[in-house]
Amino acid sequence: MTGLDTATLFAWCGAGLIGIGLYGFLANRHMLRRLVAFNVVGSGIFLVFGASGARRADLGPDPVPQALIITGIVVALATTALLVALVIRYADLAGRATLPEDEPGDDGKE
Amino acid sequence: MTGAIFDIVLCLLILAVALAAILGRDLFGSVVFFIVYGLLVALAWTRLGAVDVALAEAAIGAGLTGVLLVGAVARLRRGGVVEPTPPRPLARGAQMGICVLAAGLVGAAIAGLDPDAAGLTATVAQNLEASGVGNPVTAVLLNFRGYDTLLETVVLLVVLIGVWSLAEDRYWGGRPGLRQHAKPGGVLATYGRFLPPLGLLAGVYVVWAGTDQPGGAFQGGTILAAVWLLVAMAGLVDAPPVTARRLRLTIVAGPALFLAVAVAGIFMGGFLHLPPEHAKQLIQTIEAGLALSIAATLALLVAGPPQRGAR
Amino acid sequence: MSIATLFTALMTTGGLIFFIAGSVGMLRFPDQHSRLHAMTKADNLGLGMIVLGAMAQAGGPLVVFKLALIWILAVAASAVTAQTIARATLPGQADPEA
Repeated sequence: MTGLDTATLFAWCGAGLIGIGLYGFLANRHMLRRLVAFNVVGSGIFLVFGASGARRADLGPDPVPQALIITGIVVALATTALLVALVIRYADLAGRATLPEDEPGDDGKE
Repeated sequence: MTGAIFDIVLCLLILAVALAAILGRDLFGSVVFFIVYGLLVALAWTRLGAVDVALAEAAIGAGLTGVLLVGAVARLRRGGVVEPTPPRPLARGAQMGICVLAAGLVGAAIAGLDPDAAGLTATVAQNLEASGVGNPVTAVLLNFRGYDTLLETVVLLVVLIGVWSLAEDRYWGGRPGLRQHAKPGGVLATYGRFLPPLGLLAGVYVVWAGTDQPGGAFQGGTILAAVWLLVAMAGLVDAPPVTARRLRLTIVAGPALFLAVAVAGIFMGGFLHLPPEHAKQLIQTIEAGLALSIAATLALLVAGPPQRGAR
Repeated sequence: MSIATLFTALMTTGGLIFFIAGSVGMLRFPDQHSRLHAMTKADNLGLGMIVLGAMAQAGGPLVVFKLALIWILAVAASAVTAQTIARATLPGQADPEA
């Protein structure tokens, strides 16, 4: 296989997404923004994994990574749902959606 | 050649939209960009030939996660919680360095992969006959690696209990979310009646077709969950109290059925063993049960913890 | 160039113009509701034109039917999405239960 094939291209795209998501996770203080970043990292990892299993164009995409990724997508949604509920409950009690150790001066209260 | 250009443009678009979702000016805009991002990633999966994953990504990764996040933004706004200003700190050198390094390391690892590695595609294809189904992804999900899926359904159940347990004490046992109202004769009330039959048809079809074509209990179950959420949003049905017996039976039925088949397998060769001559029927039974439970569980996950009494 | 190809090219170009207009509106309009207006109106029409263009290339009546179904479902979905987003972003909306 010569040159840049589709699968390798998308795998590299996934690597880029991991970097972008990680940055969002480190740089953002709002917890919902971190949750978005967490999901970007997640789908980046899925893309790396799935595209790596699709490099043999003659065989088609490998079903085993596909099945694991579908499981992963569902688990990522479940995690997001639990974290959203936690963020909302925390915001109800604390009046802000950022953690105190991230921002001692500005607590996001109106 | 056209295909290669399309793929390159798609990759650049995915990266740009991901950046917009991470760095967007306001939180709501970020969430909308994230939904667009999910749909573009689903398109990437179809380009890779992984249609099952594309369906799951579009329905779950973009659709349900999007509804969940849009709801959360609206809920925080109603609670008077606003974003701290400035919404994001300026780029910090060290953080950016770490992220570029991480992406570079993953990229280098991809470049170092053996280009001729065959993976498990051939192994799955050889054993597809014995799995009882024609879709290799379904064969892996429900037969070859059934324990993954069994545990995943249990994870969904545990997470739902976790979400419910975040309810305020006085609402424990009550109904999830807020009562929704829609103007009678308005767009939502009309579509809340017009779309469900189509949605039910599509959901059941995707579950049924999943044995031999792309689809399955998770993708179909998500469509069914979306139908319920739409009807609830149109104010036509209300969420049942989380203590309702029928509701609890619905969410447990699928995993329980799966577990029963798995245990029955002990007498036919081992835990989770599906005898090839009955595998197709067993998988379809499990998928039907799972689709029902997954639909109910996902819809309830999006609805959130109980927020009012059972009345 | 056959009539069908010409028709497809015209329709697709027209559809893309509407998509571009909708996207520009979404990025430039000041508030959420006018952005929604730009998105849903222009994109539904744009998609309709692209679907019409694609129908001219379809291999048989089943494909034409599927393309029509895609357009109808996309329009219905965008109506519901627009309503949901508009509700979520209503300014100063009090808690409906309170």
